[in-house]
Amino acid sequence: MPSSRTLKPAPVSVGVSIPKLEAGEKVTGRARYVDDIAVPGVLHGRTVRSTVARGRIIRVELDPAFDWRGVVIADHKDIPGENVVALIADDQPLLAADEIRHAEEPILLVAHEDAERAEAARMAVRVEVEPLPAALTVEDALARTALVHGDDNVFKEITIERGDVERGLAESDLVVEGEYRTGWQEQLYIENNGMIAERDGDGLLVRGSLQCPYYVHKALMRIFALAPDRVRVIQTVTGGGFGGKEEYPSMIGGHAALLAWKSGRPVKIVYDRLEDIAATTKRHPSVTRMRVGVMKNGRLVAVDADILMDGGAYVTLSPVVLSRGAIHAAGAYRWRDARIHARAVATHTPPNGAFRGFGAPQTLFATECHLDRIAERLGMDPLALRLANAVRIGDVTPTGQVLKESVGAVDVLTRTAAMADWTRTRERLTRENAAAAAHETRRHRRRAAAPRPGSAPAPSARRLRRGIGLSLALHGAGFTGSGEVRLASRAAISLGADGRPVILTANTEIGQGTITAFSQLVGEALGVPPSFVIVHDPDTRAVPDSGPTVASRTVMVVGGLLEQCARAMRERLELFAETPIAGADEFRRVAKRFLRERGPLKIERQYEKPPGITWDDDTYRGDAYSVFSYAGCAVEVEVDLDTGETTVLNVATAHDIGRAIHPVLAAGQVEGGTVQALGWALLEDVRWKDGRVWNHQLTNYIIPTSADTPPIHVEFVDDPYTYGPRGAKGVGELPMDTPAPAVVAAIAHATGVRADEIPVTPERLLAALAAREKS
Amino acid sequence: MSRIAVTFTLNGARRRVRVAPMKRLLDVLREDCALTGTKEGCGEGECGACTVLIDGRAANSCLIPAVHADGATLVTVEGLARRGGALSALQQAFVTMGGAQCGICTPGILVSAQELLLRSRGRVPGDAEVREALAGNLCRCTGYQKIVDAVRAAAREAMPARARAARRAPKARATAKARRTAKRARRAR
Repeated sequence: MPSSRTLKPAPVSVGVSIPKLEAGEKVTGRARYVDDIAVPGVLHGRTVRSTVARGRIIRVELDPAFDWRGVVIADHKDIPGENVVALIADDQPLLAADEIRHAEEPILLVAHEDAERAEAARMAVRVEVEPLPAALTVEDALARTALVHGDDNVFKEITIERGDVERGLAESDLVVEGEYRTGWQEQLYIENNGMIAERDGDGLLVRGSLQCPYYVHKALMRIFALAPDRVRVIQTVTGGGFGGKEEYPSMIGGHAALLAWKSGRPVKIVYDRLEDIAATTKRHPSVTRMRVGVMKNGRLVAVDADILMDGGAYVTLSPVVLSRGAIHAAGAYRWRDARIHARAVATHTPPNGAFRGFGAPQTLFATECHLDRIAERLGMDPLALRLANAVRIGDVTPTGQVLKESVGAVDVLTRTAAMADWTRTRERLTRENAAAAAHETRRHRRRAAAPRPGSAPAPSARRLRRGIGLSLALHGAGFTGSGEVRLASRAAISLGADGRPVILTANTEIGQGTITAFSQLVGEALGVPPSFVIVHDPDTRAVPDSGPTVASRTVMVVGGLLEQCARAMRERLELFAETPIAGADEFRRVAKRFLRERGPLKIERQYEKPPGITWDDDTYRGDAYSVFSYAGCAVEVEVDLDTGETTVLNVATAHDIGRAIHPVLAAGQVEGGTVQALGWALLEDVRWKDGRVWNHQLTNYIIPTSADTPPIHVEFVDDPYTYGPRGAKGVGELPMDTPAPAVVAAIAHATGVRADEIPVTPERLLAALAAREKS
Repeated sequence: MSRIAVTFTLNGARRRVRVAPMKRLLDVLREDCALTGTKEGCGEGECGACTVLIDGRAANSCLIPAVHADGATLVTVEGLARRGGALSALQQAFVTMGGAQCGICTPGILVSAQELLLRSRGRVPGDAEVREALAGNLCRCTGYQKIVDAVRAAAREAMPARARAARRAPKARATAKARRTAKRARRAR
């Protein structure tokens, strides 16, 4: 029926920023997050953890002076199935049985109906541990001062090669070397992790704050040796994730479920901030060494990158974080020769895990900082160097992937430069910095000539410099390599009894707009307004496994499946009604008649890779992602030379995400990701003492406030992708990639000092400034 | 344990609760009054998710023993809607402009913004002023841009029509711009 769509135009919602569908619940306080749910008879669970980084458990003692009545206690011996938190490898126990591999490792669980008694009970457990020498840094681990994993402490090693790097370096006019470091970063969702578990007939019901219901489902099946249909996992309204609720909810869910299983009572475990920062996963810190060969005219020839990431004590997601990092290490540039060598290293520290960007921000930080260093060495404008080498359609990445369409690298760079008025701003700031320096020298001479003892320096005596920096990044949407094929995600739409379409996926709304974007895509394909579409709660009993809510895949991959489902459903209903359907009333009428006469209707689609995509896991060759998104970012900063403080004055950023389904929500992703990246670049510094995080509070782990945050100007470059729904690619992680190197470049422009390690804290910058003064 | 009777006006209604002497106002609101819109993000007055209005002033309810609220007038996020439950201009602006993402900080932010709007009645607070007023409320999702935009849009909405017209007049805009320029110049020095 080719003519059906032309008779009545479908209501347009894709591309329009409709009000966020669940926001009404959130602005009135009606939304129920995990800690808001009242559960009759609930026990409050607490976790007894290791205080040492490595050791052997000798004895667990319950303080005989404590009143243990009403306290439920569970340890590894109570686990009915396997003592494992199933993920990529099965190395991480739910509760340590004998060996301690990292500080904060869970050992024992207690629960009581009174939260304060539960906390007191936790304090009344004494764990005697024989401490053993620990490898707390990547350097120690590689030197094998202690063994964490296998015989070399390497979780995963990846090599990507294209062309002949040594020849490329030899043939280049100039070889530039550098080493770059990035620190841990806490996701710091404002809602701490939390789960509620209860017995459900002969099975388990676990609800909570999480990104990936089927990850928790899989883990619980193993822990309790239960069949799939006896484990039910439901996501509650979730107060932020950013990757931090990708894998750890399996641990907390397992703990709560174990206490519930043993006691027969519902159990709630909600972490406080201290426990959440201390115990849960962080962004992998990294060290990347770069050697790049370049011609005098600025043409990049060869890149040789060596990457180390600290995975922590268990495998968790480190192999795939490393994989994404390695693939993105060449940046959005054309190289003739490339060699990327990457290792994820095991240390006796709490496991690091998923955090927005998933390894790519770390390696792109190195690449982008290195590009600026190269531009400086060549005496070239950083924008010009990037424009000359940015990938275009037909270019080939180090894994051998030919970029076939929707390659916005040049566009986003050009847009970003225009938004920031790059050339003139840079020249103006250079001029102003020189004038400020000259003024200070004159003032200094005057003061030296006629000192006024005791007078405090006037506010105008602040020595301030400004600078602007720029960066470019690409980000692969969806799982890496054959990941999406292996996931084989399924999504469905059914008809509700009231004749409304019901979206069935396991993908979670964690603030980013899943509910709204899905409703828009489905509504448009069905010819109904988005508000008419119902999005079912992610509940493993009701929804198919559409994969995790990670990797910038929700709209592009799952949204694509839903669009297929919706088209098929519309066709089915129109064939049944023998008339085109447009609008909610008509849809409801036809749907109800269909339900009466034909019975239930549910249409499900499974992921199939786009044509022409190939990937070989063994050789790391092929199409690492079906498509990449691109972003450019310009950051203007002001540096106080005496305090070392950096203030971000302005951010301009252009993104190619194919087509934005909801421009306001997409811009919200960009702005939020940008500010997280500014925090990573300047403020967020996880400090360690004996393998434990010592600044595990919001008073000393500092994230950006509204007062620290500049206006952020966002533009989208429209470059639709054939195989994304309505042309959409991924957006969630991309904005995390660009701001940090742009900040470092801006600081270098302002001060002449290049920081190769983030966060660029005032202490670090002052040290660098002092070192320059000396040399 | 001995309990103390505390009486306050909560979202327009008189409430009397009997609480343990050191019980936090946050817990009394969430547990005794069953108003779970007020959230706990850190428990030490850093994140602002627990912000409520006490006699018109924004405060972190996690730092205040409930007994201190005796006799006070309290407003939580549940009390921000118009009579009859329709969203206030502020709430509506957050919904339409993308000011709420995951929503966990939203109640606290709305309460802090409400205090700002009450304080700056008849005038649209500037970008920097909004950022300063909300600096005690952490948001990890939005990057604050859409929150600031929404608060200012709500303030514009709340202004009397005549004031809005005056603001739109070129002269008024020039003044505002001049103010901003002067402020920037001051900061630059």
